[in-house]
Amino acid sequence: MTSVLATLGAILRRPSGAAGLAIVVLHVLIAISAPLIVPHDPALQDSATILQPPSTVHLFGTDRLGRDVFSRTLLGGREAMLITTLSTAFAMAWGGVLGVLVALVGGKLDALVMRVVDALVSVPWILLVMLFVTALGTGTAALVPVLGFSYGLSVVYLARSAALDFVTRDFVLAAQARGESQWTIASRELLPNVRDSLAVQGAMQWSWIFLAVSSLSFLGMGVAPPAPDWGQMISDSRGIMRTAPWTVIWPMFFLSSLIIGINLAIDAWAKVLGIDRVQRTPGP
Amino acid sequence: MFRLIVGRAASSVVTLVLISLVVFIGLELMPGDACTAYLGRDGKGAVLDSCRERMGLNRPASERFLEWGGKTLSGDLGTSMQRDRPITEIVGWRLRNTLVLSAVAALAGIPLAILLGVMAGLRRDGPLDLFISSTAIVAMTIPEFISATLLILIFAVSLGWTAGVVTIGYKAPILDLVAVSVLPAATLTLILAAHIMRMVRSSVIDVLESDYVLMARLKGVPWRQIVWRHVLPNSLLPAISVIGLTIAWLLGGVVIVESVFNYPGLGRLAVDAVGDRDLPLVQAIALLFGIIYVITNLAADLIALLLNPRLRTYRT
Repeated sequence: MTSVLATLGAILRRPSGAAGLAIVVLHVLIAISAPLIVPHDPALQDSATILQPPSTVHLFGTDRLGRDVFSRTLLGGREAMLITTLSTAFAMAWGGVLGVLVALVGGKLDALVMRVVDALVSVPWILLVMLFVTALGTGTAALVPVLGFSYGLSVVYLARSAALDFVTRDFVLAAQARGESQWTIASRELLPNVRDSLAVQGAMQWSWIFLAVSSLSFLGMGVAPPAPDWGQMISDSRGIMRTAPWTVIWPMFFLSSLIIGINLAIDAWAKVLGIDRVQRTPGP
Repeated sequence: MFRLIVGRAASSVVTLVLISLVVFIGLELMPGDACTAYLGRDGKGAVLDSCRERMGLNRPASERFLEWGGKTLSGDLGTSMQRDRPITEIVGWRLRNTLVLSAVAALAGIPLAILLGVMAGLRRDGPLDLFISSTAIVAMTIPEFISATLLILIFAVSLGWTAGVVTIGYKAPILDLVAVSVLPAATLTLILAAHIMRMVRSSVIDVLESDYVLMARLKGVPWRQIVWRHVLPNSLLPAISVIGLTIAWLLGGVVIVESVFNYPGLGRLAVDAVGDRDLPLVQAIALLFGIIYVITNLAADLIALLLNPRLRTYRT
């Protein structure tokens, strides 16, 4: 606990880290409290208030169906954040365990697993997801396993290479000499050592998966309609952005600020932990 | 050298076989098949049976995989469910269009990225570096559909320099495609250049701190010559394999960018195919993207091998 607080303090002492963390906290607070504070029903269509510019009644104006853009924007991150958090947990769990295990066992199993992972990452994530979405359909229940699986692939690489740094160390050899099981060595000896880099990677995964969910919503394969979503709002109102720019600007601002905030915070976090190589590109 | 190249090519072939297995088996493992996906709720009784009969789905999976693989090798990608035409016919032109778009983006992005990366690396932590590096971070963190929408808002809607949406048919001549791909390519270039620029920058910084650059400076070699003779060649080599990976990643971005701009390529076709729940077509496109990825990476590796003698002594 004290180490968590110390890390947090060190992140806050960096200007970019403090700014990033503040943005993220603000977004989380908005997402949690949104249902209590939004002034209008986000799904309520009203032909009398179509495409109204921002006013005191509709702070961010209304869209082409007369829905309140302010309410929709405030609520628009919730569903995507939920899907993202569940997918990230799934990706980190299976990718982390498999990566650490193959690093420890090595040999043929390692070679085989890594060949399959290599092949899987050769198909761009979006097509992998589209393949599964066509077969399974959209919705949270389908997206979480699909995204968790696709994004877990790069976690396998990271967990494996992080664990490989330790498998030849004395404390692992000592545990093997004591006759500990592979599972015990993986969980007791290796996991605590790769925890930091996996945690940072988990945050990074979160931001990628969030972008993936938003992109899928934009393409009409993500968050399903009555629930408002930023990607879906932008795709909906793209055609009218010349006459009603407020319909796209706010969701774009919210989405971008969340992603930039997370990335600032992660950068500072990685520097504090002394992890110099944060993987920036999705994929291996 | 020859053995190294053959070995590398052979491992690419293994990867391709694995990709096709994944694309095929991944779907076998899931509930339902191409027919239940396509027919949705109507998929029951006689309709479903006749669809399965037509697609040959009531035969064992191993037999179907071998047939599918064999046909794919001979250039036959199967039949689209929605369009009822050979997939090869549907995909051909659009594959060309996607390659044109990616080529425009890569040809603009790679030189730009190298230039900016070297400039930023040579003036590390200076105002120019800070500007370039922070712009790059923003460019690579913002999702493609937002940067695309912003570019349309600025260059098409406000300034009116170019059309925001591509209205060209998929059989248009290449030069027409290049002309309409300015904004879509710019969106891809922005992200591509940001990734490669960061790589080049850190590579330049590494080389600047090396002993041989220090030695050259101590000898009194003019700065300009150090940059051209020592820094550039040595820092661009490691960037090549990253360029290969980034181009492969670019292909994923193509799906979204093509949809935003209505560009008649493979990516938009994939989105349409998902909308039609046309599983064989999505499968074929996923396989094609996998093939492009493998080929690009193989090419990048071979170029690196050709340019860097040190790599030739390493075992793959």
